[in-house]
Amino acid sequence: MADETTSTEIERYSYDVVVIGAGGSGLRAAIEARSRGLKTAIISKSLFGKAHTVMAEGGAAAAMGNVNPNDNWQVHFRDTMRGGKFLNNPRMAELHAKEAPDRIWELEAWGAVFDRTKDGKISQRNFGGHEYPRLAHVGDRTGLEMIRTLQQRVVALQQADSYEFGDPEARIRVFAETTITRLLKDPAGRIAGAFGYIRDTGKFVLFEAPAVVLATGGIGRTFKVTSNSWEYSGDGHALALLAGAKLMNMEFVQFHPTGMVWPPSVKGILVTESVRGDGGILKNSDGKRFMFDYVPDVFRAQYAETEEEADRWYTDPDHNRRPPELLPRDEVARSINSEIKAGRGTPHGGVYLDIASRRTPEYILTRLPSMHHQFKELADVDITKEPMEIGPTCHYVMGGVEVDPDSAASSVPGLFAVGEVSGGMHGSNRLGGNSLSDLVVFGKRAGDGAADYISALGAARPAVVQADLDTAVTEALAPLRRGEGESPYAVHAELQQRMNDLVGLIRREDEVKTALSDLEKFKERAAIVAAPGERAYNPGWHYAIDLRNMLLVAECVAMAALERQESRGGHTRDDYPGMSPEWRKVNLILSLHGDKIEMVHQPIPSLRPDLLDLFEVSELKKYMTKEELAGHRQAAALEEEH
Amino acid sequence: MGYLAKLRVWRGDAGSGSLQDYKVEVNEGEVVLDVLHRLQATQASDLAIRWNCKAGKCGSCSMEINGMPRLGCMTRMSTFTEVETLTITPMRTFPVIRDLVTDVSFNYAKAREIPSFTPDPSVKPGEFRMRQEDVNRSQEFRKCIECYLCQNTCHVIRDHEENKESFAGPRFLMRIAELEMHPADEADRRDIAQEDFGLGYCNITKCCTEVCPEHIKITDNALIPMKERIAGRKYDPLVWLGSKISMRPKSKGTPAVPGKR
Repeated sequence: MADETTSTEIERYSYDVVVIGAGGSGLRAAIEARSRGLKTAIISKSLFGKAHTVMAEGGAAAAMGNVNPNDNWQVHFRDTMRGGKFLNNPRMAELHAKEAPDRIWELEAWGAVFDRTKDGKISQRNFGGHEYPRLAHVGDRTGLEMIRTLQQRVVALQQADSYEFGDPEARIRVFAETTITRLLKDPAGRIAGAFGYIRDTGKFVLFEAPAVVLATGGIGRTFKVTSNSWEYSGDGHALALLAGAKLMNMEFVQFHPTGMVWPPSVKGILVTESVRGDGGILKNSDGKRFMFDYVPDVFRAQYAETEEEADRWYTDPDHNRRPPELLPRDEVARSINSEIKAGRGTPHGGVYLDIASRRTPEYILTRLPSMHHQFKELADVDITKEPMEIGPTCHYVMGGVEVDPDSAASSVPGLFAVGEVSGGMHGSNRLGGNSLSDLVVFGKRAGDGAADYISALGAARPAVVQADLDTAVTEALAPLRRGEGESPYAVHAELQQRMNDLVGLIRREDEVKTALSDLEKFKERAAIVAAPGERAYNPGWHYAIDLRNMLLVAECVAMAALERQESRGGHTRDDYPGMSPEWRKVNLILSLHGDKIEMVHQPIPSLRPDLLDLFEVSELKKYMTKEELAGHRQAAALEEEH
Repeated sequence: MGYLAKLRVWRGDAGSGSLQDYKVEVNEGEVVLDVLHRLQATQASDLAIRWNCKAGKCGSCSMEINGMPRLGCMTRMSTFTEVETLTITPMRTFPVIRDLVTDVSFNYAKAREIPSFTPDPSVKPGEFRMRQEDVNRSQEFRKCIECYLCQNTCHVIRDHEENKESFAGPRFLMRIAELEMHPADEADRRDIAQEDFGLGYCNITKCCTEVCPEHIKITDNALIPMKERIAGRKYDPLVWLGSKISMRPKSKGTPAVPGKR
């Protein structure tokens, strides 16, 4: 048995493109690569169709203008930049706003069944930070619809290959329950393959391929209270670092304002923003609708100042301003946190989210069926009759692999990144609804990027270096060979608690420093974790391997959080509460050298004049320095003021 | 508040296995999956469980709890008494990989044989117009999270391995119904529903509907209407007469996609 447990045998496959991750962005990238004629493998850590995308509830933002014809890509672009506090890569935000409608319509042509408007078009709903109703949706299970549609599109392509080649997996194959632990490069530094294990059998597997698309999602499992599933251990972030790519914006972690807070075992599970989009309001334990007290100056012009105006907006959005419950997520999460800290929280440490007193049971059941089900089953709460108790939960990482906006290429030749694992698109804070559209817009672009890269590469394929492969095998086997050692579950649980406490929603210099020194100790412990048992489907072993990734990611988040001395979007510093125009010009870039993470300041790309002109200069001056606004159409007005 | 629950968990692999007894702490508000995770973290680090979202949305943690097909993440411990022993076993219809994890590849193979969504090729993306009332039915079926509990409980295949070849199970008969009821789909899967996917095996005992965690009315809204659509055509006297006197060619539905089984 010992021989079998520590066997170094490797199954080998050869592909053009290997997509790591089978959520929305991975599947969309794979579909595009396959459509370009490339032999494509999809590596899924879970079963096919279970990826974290299923948990997205509210919808996919795309300026189709079906509900309000005033919507267009320019408005969507503006909202996205505002939501990200102008730290977004403007080219990504531009491509996203322009291409999202086509990508959504394409899903419909592949079989997605969105909710409809009265005239039979795709319905669109309101969401935080979006000026017009913009989110294509299916009740509150839009992510499931997207993943199922893309899954069924992959199946349709396989069926085409069944007819053409007699083999459905001739050009696109899903490797379910397979985890990649290392990317491999040739001596010239180009991607040559990916190494990992197949969960069912525990056997090692090598995919030789000149192009790898990372589509592994986020890092939420590094935190204790999270809406993320177990897969979100920062695998792609870590694989990219280990392969020599750069991470950016890692200090920006989105805490979704509304996660369940009770019972303890479900703490963190997401409560969709649609509850607020469809009329739900936030109240403290005094019964006060408190969000009116928290509208920041930069958003004051767009948000209602009275409950009456806010309530009129749902039916007459053209003549009233938006309710402050629909501020971007970072603002709402911080406000809830302040209310709880001030002693105005609920018995279970949250605030109230109330839709029961605002909408009829029939409306709630039609618009929010999953939420009704979730609260009924898990918390014995009927949301048509009583308010929910909610609080912030770690939801999304804005930071990720630095990529070329047009092709999703990283700085490592042959390595691409897309979706949550990529960085830049959402700046310091992502708007709800912009994730699902991000997945399909840049998924397609990554598939194209990989195909273009391979065409340029010609016939000569980069080859894996045997010594690197041997190292990867040794690393993966280590926890199994160790016999005695610490439990990976214990190390993980403590890591989650520390990150939650010290590098969570609100950060302070001394606490983040403590976190960084704790991480050193966690690294030592992770180096001696042991996983008793056999190779086949041994979760202890899988956890032990994932720990490396979570620790690397945690260190990046903490380092960048310590460095950035301002508060912006998903990074709030108690000791630096303001937003700084100087810090706005900076991206923090992280890379790995040996076993040391290095961080540099990098200027952010400037806004093209035509994009700059989409905003009023009076708004931009809240974010930017005067020099940056010199090219604006209203720059003269700025001079007159002084 | 907390107590020690008595669990009997099936441990083993494809070769052999047995029920093993454990005592595990339970806290307020917990679900079965929480307790299994605690068992994993404290006593059995190699206990194989398939799970993902722990929010009832992904359909990964399907198992049998006291013989009932359930999602571990949506089964609250408070539905059991503190003194009873919980028996937790893998889904019986599928081959065991290890402990509570089964090989569900049967389902993926069936999915691949059903002709995909087939719209009118002249309708361009963005041009689809469908009324909400016309998509309600397909949307109900698309709530399916593919937990395969309906497949697991269906008596046609639960203890009849020999029927798996000719029966796709409620999940995939419902997928056929979903496509047939899609207002923009143009294929005709009625013949293959009967001939290739075994709709006739279903004798509407509604076991699938009972175990569906999404409360989809699989039998009433998908399977029975499909049976009616097939019967409607088969026994339509005009169709029968037409085929007899060769006034029009015998209608042929869309064929199943050749599988690789």
